Amino acid sequence: MLDKRMTVDDIVDQISDGMTIGIGGWATRRKPMALIRAIARSNLKDLTLMAGYGGMDIGLLAATGKIRKLVFAFASLDHYPLEPHFRNARQAGAFEVLELDEGMYHWGLRAGAMKLPFLPTRVGIGTDIINQSGFDFKFVKSPYADGEEFVAMPALVPDIALIHAHRSDERGNILTLSVDPIFDELLVRAAGKSYVTVEKIVPTAELDMKKNSRYNLVERAMITGVAEAPLGAHPTSADPDYQLDLKHIKTYVESAASPEAWADYKAKYIDVSEADYQAAIGGEEAVKQLPVPIY
Amino acid sequence: MTQNSYSLAELVIVACAEVWRDDGEVMATGIGPLPRIGAGLAKLSFAPAIQTTDGEAWYTSEPVGPGKRAAEPEFEGIANYDRVFSALWSGRRHALVGPVQIDRFGQANISVIGDHKKPKAAMLGARGFPGNSISHPNSFFFANHNKRAFVEGEVDFVCMAGYNPARYRNGAPPQGLDLRRIITNLCVMDFGGPDHQIRVISLHPGVTFEEVQDNTGFPLAKVEGEIPVTPAPTAEQLELIAKIDPNNVRATVFKDNPAGDRRAA
Repeated sequence: MLDKRMTVDDIVDQISDGMTIGIGGWATRRKPMALIRAIARSNLKDLTLMAGYGGMDIGLLAATGKIRKLVFAFASLDHYPLEPHFRNARQAGAFEVLELDEGMYHWGLRAGAMKLPFLPTRVGIGTDIINQSGFDFKFVKSPYADGEEFVAMPALVPDIALIHAHRSDERGNILTLSVDPIFDELLVRAAGKSYVTVEKIVPTAELDMKKNSRYNLVERAMITGVAEAPLGAHPTSADPDYQLDLKHIKTYVESAASPEAWADYKAKYIDVSEADYQAAIGGEEAVKQLPVPIY
Repeated sequence: MTQNSYSLAELVIVACAEVWRDDGEVMATGIGPLPRIGAGLAKLSFAPAIQTTDGEAWYTSEPVGPGKRAAEPEFEGIANYDRVFSALWSGRRHALVGPVQIDRFGQANISVIGDHKKPKAAMLGARGFPGNSISHPNSFFFANHNKRAFVEGEVDFVCMAGYNPARYRNGAPPQGLDLRRIITNLCVMDFGGPDHQIRVISLHPGVTFEEVQDNTGFPLAKVEGEIPVTPAPTAEQLELIAKIDPNNVRATVFKDNPAGDRRAA
């Protein structure tokens, strides 16, 4: 039997110092937070983090000093627009950055997924994105009559992709049930290996694949391992299973105000087991009651 | 209702709505309460074909204002992340956004203040601004028209491309670059001066060109003759604005929610 089940800690054991890790989701939606917390309390260091559509994933790994280089288009908590730990780390010059446009990041993943070295784009032209010291952007000229010159957006190819989905069977057939899949499919296809945390591992029949085919983002051959991690996206959302936790996000935002506040937050929510984390946030019952946010 | 009984926020909303007047059937994105309500006002009055979203992942039949909703809106289409890029790269979108800095070329910044490697203030990151800027029309809203926003040199990190020939390898921007209007707490401007120079096209009631120029880090052009006064909201527009924004979020944008005609106070 093909069985790809692992634990969250098993997945973190696959990561080594200096690796390039791609994180799925978007700002406050479907971030693989159980994995991020486990990385944050590990001894890992010098990671290149690809988190184009970043939020607390960037912030927590910045605050715990895991990042050597960050590839991103933004870091935001959406309802709280500025990511406070990202800000503190950036303002201290704590790591190198390659800042991209959101669409360029998408394009880089697509190139990676298609096994192309680059894809041409107009995006970046006329801006400082293509003038950063962190990467020497090159240009390509259309070979056709138009002769237009484009930015050659390099493929983004993480060693390991980490995403959070809703369901999986033990073979790694996954369902991402939210309305917006973001670009998790491209991230998985671009990466060398991909690990998925899911709310629940179920028998294949319970995936009801005929009805849910649209939510099956990639074929299982792309998935290296799956770990059951209920509430594993908290405090970001895993709609329709649960919504983002704005109260917790506020607590997190306030934890950036001083070293003491951060030490308190870290002791309570990071340096604990996932079971203790869940208890600290009120358990499944509280999380399932979270209201639908207003945008 | 007397002529003076509108707020600065409502005056700005009407000016924001105007940016979509002649756009036809495009995705209209207004970032922030006043641009968003403005897009709604345009949709409910003179630009019914524009498509607006719920701020998350759906196009809605009726505009959705900021804050709490009485009921779930009717969804008319999906606007997930992938779809947003497809729409914007097609050019069929007009965004009205609120950067932190803008310069004489229309180059705009939401990334950092200071040095990019070790910024004095790290903000959002470039988001989708670079792609937006060269793909479809863009307009801008600034709640505080001052020299920190309208900077003297270039912005600290160019997230949105502008009309700066030095930034283009062949001297000319991509065809999609189309900067339309800038709406502030003082005036409405466009890029209609010589070589796309930013130009004042209307002054809010009681504001002078000199005041606008004094609060801008670069020389402004002005329309020929006497600069018009930004049109006051009509009674009908005020009703529509109240309908789109029943939570009165618009009253929280400017400090003390001042009157639209500052001389009315």
